[in-house]
Amino acid sequence: MKKVLPALALLATAAPAFANPVQITWWHGMGGANEQVINQVAEKFNAAQSACAITPVSKGTYEEALASGIAAFRSGGQPNILQVFDAGAATIINAKGATIPAEDLLTQNGYTFDREAFIDGIRYFYADAEGKFIGMPFNSSAPIMYLNTEAFAKAGVEAPKTWAEFEAVAPKLKEAGYIPLTASQLTWMFFENYYSRNNVQMASNVNGYDGFDGTELRATAPEMIAFWNRVKTWHSEELFGFYGAGWADNQKPFEEGKVAMWIGSSGSFGGLSKTATMPFSATLMPYDETVADGNKSTFIGGAALFAMAGKPDDQNKCSADFFSFLTSTEIQAFYHQATGYVAITKAAYEKSKADGWYEKNPVAEVGIQQLMLPQGEWSKGYRLGFYPQIRVIEEREFNKIFSGETTVEDAFKAIETEGNALLARFAKTSG
Amino acid sequence: MSDAAQPMKSAGMIRRWLSRPARAAPAKPVQFDQPLLPWLFLAPQLAVIFVFFYWPSVQAITSSFYIEDPFGFGATFVGLDNYKDALGSAEYQRIAGFTALFTVLVTGFSLGLGLLFAVKADKVIRGRTAYRTALIAVYAIAPPVAGLMGMMLFDQHIGPFVQLAAWFGYDMKVGINYWDTAFAMILVSVWKQVPYNFIFFLSGLQGIPASVREASVIDCRNGFTRFRTAILPLLAPTAFFLLIINITYALFDTFAVIDVMVKDKPANNPLTLVYKVYNDGFRGNDIGGSAAQSVILMVIVLVLTLIQFRWLERRVHYG
Repeated sequence: MKKVLPALALLATAAPAFANPVQITWWHGMGGANEQVINQVAEKFNAAQSACAITPVSKGTYEEALASGIAAFRSGGQPNILQVFDAGAATIINAKGATIPAEDLLTQNGYTFDREAFIDGIRYFYADAEGKFIGMPFNSSAPIMYLNTEAFAKAGVEAPKTWAEFEAVAPKLKEAGYIPLTASQLTWMFFENYYSRNNVQMASNVNGYDGFDGTELRATAPEMIAFWNRVKTWHSEELFGFYGAGWADNQKPFEEGKVAMWIGSSGSFGGLSKTATMPFSATLMPYDETVADGNKSTFIGGAALFAMAGKPDDQNKCSADFFSFLTSTEIQAFYHQATGYVAITKAAYEKSKADGWYEKNPVAEVGIQQLMLPQGEWSKGYRLGFYPQIRVIEEREFNKIFSGETTVEDAFKAIETEGNALLARFAKTSG
Repeated sequence: MSDAAQPMKSAGMIRRWLSRPARAAPAKPVQFDQPLLPWLFLAPQLAVIFVFFYWPSVQAITSSFYIEDPFGFGATFVGLDNYKDALGSAEYQRIAGFTALFTVLVTGFSLGLGLLFAVKADKVIRGRTAYRTALIAVYAIAPPVAGLMGMMLFDQHIGPFVQLAAWFGYDMKVGINYWDTAFAMILVSVWKQVPYNFIFFLSGLQGIPASVREASVIDCRNGFTRFRTAILPLLAPTAFFLLIINITYALFDTFAVIDVMVKDKPANNPLTLVYKVYNDGFRGNDIGGSAAQSVILMVIVLVLTLIQFRWLERRVHYG
């Protein structure tokens, strides 16, 4: 009998290797080069073990991925893993029962979970108020400032660290024949991350983390109004160019070498290396020197992976295996180096350093450096319902500011009033 | 007259054949013997209408009274709040106003230009196929592609229309300036729809008997008066049909053009009501609010169609 048991145990562990692997699906919102990297990650996982097989499916954009995930969940056909972007975090985290918290999924399936292994700036955004990971951070980015090195050499100035320094160097860059600054997606750069970078409270109820009831946006914070009045002055003095709400509208003139500084995503690095017509470098996004306790880490952008509820245990085990695989140092370092998204674990960052990756690509390190800055009280994240719609309001009002249809004060009053109406509506969704 | 004489002759033959004394028993109205049989034949069509129209409509109406968690976990009954929120919002009113203007302009210009081109093309004798193909070809372009082409034409850095405007000293900023974007959207939407109207008007014109045209030439020397009093009334059924189709096009089918032209970022760009429904429902995940807006849209279309059939169709003469 004693001899039989180990043999049985051997059989039991060996059996899954002969059986068909458990199939799991992963819906995401990435296209182009980033989709290919996702497929490579999936292939690596499928090759590394034989118990599970993951199939990634691109559902279009981030927003389309979330919408498809929701529709599928309502009809019972949800994928095992769904990628949800930063602005949609409140929607999916609020729907308790739609997901299995990533941390629970891992611990229930025998993995140990160490929150400390993740880079500070990444740890809270997709976590609940107690710091438990609901989503598994996947592709994380930070808004950083890309620099046209030719422009800076020509004007003979240094890259600014604060907005006051920007005001000092911008006229010289303009004289040298450049548009000093453009920025893509101002909602992310000059709104959400103004709060985080300068440590200003974004919304009541601890930026929404303490509950949705009575959460109100602080869009008319005096710091924000003062900053945007500066932005408006820069725009009228032609120190800041604005060419539309689309991401590419403001990236394109930088790629063409007409712009000295462009605030984009750390994840833009891969694409920019191919499209830029001039040498470029990057630095941290400037901070507001007029705010007392500023120069803090920014919120992470990008997206996280959520394990959907309502799946059988063997599939959940596979999702846990995959999450664990994803956060392994080797895969994280691969993903970080292949895409330009920041490494989410400290170990992957150290590995990339040891690989000499940043010596070859100093720009790739800037996003991590920004996320590793000290965390302020208000730079951990925000949890605001219907936030994608609030972004639409912000975009509308920003456009109106630049076309002269409204004043900064009125624009932010409108964002606050309409945003709060949406937040109040969202508080009712949980019934 | 030789063209017209041929059908006249055959029509006479048919009449003679019809007027022959009937040998069989007097024809009785065709009827089904079993009462269920007609329902069976109707079933597939009814099923399609039920699944794709009535059922979703009922769902939309139900959802419009709730504020719902997107994943379907919780819902709060809010009565007419969703309707009040939508109709009371300044943004919604602005979008509704633009939608009305957009629909009138797109319908008016695409019908007007379609008719103008059809009348002119009808008169062309040399190279008529070439002209017609050139005019119709645009219809083969898918709306998103039309939107993309529009975006290129109005690009702030390389767009030829922007350069044209610059010659006249106008700084055109599609994507930033509200009315510049509106102009671009209307232009692309009209351009896309003109060929459709052209095809129908042209075939309508060719359906007008030469005898009528010749008779009108004898009665009236003025070409425009002749067109207004003789040709246009005969085109009325076609025009009425096209009016309904064009209003539907402007309200709903321009979605792809708008989506491509605003590049996924509505911002301060002009939008139509259907785009707002999509934006709130599919991107904002506000199911209740979006459902209320789509019910409002449904009512608008219902009222428009009723008005058209009650009031306009009476004036249409179906030869």
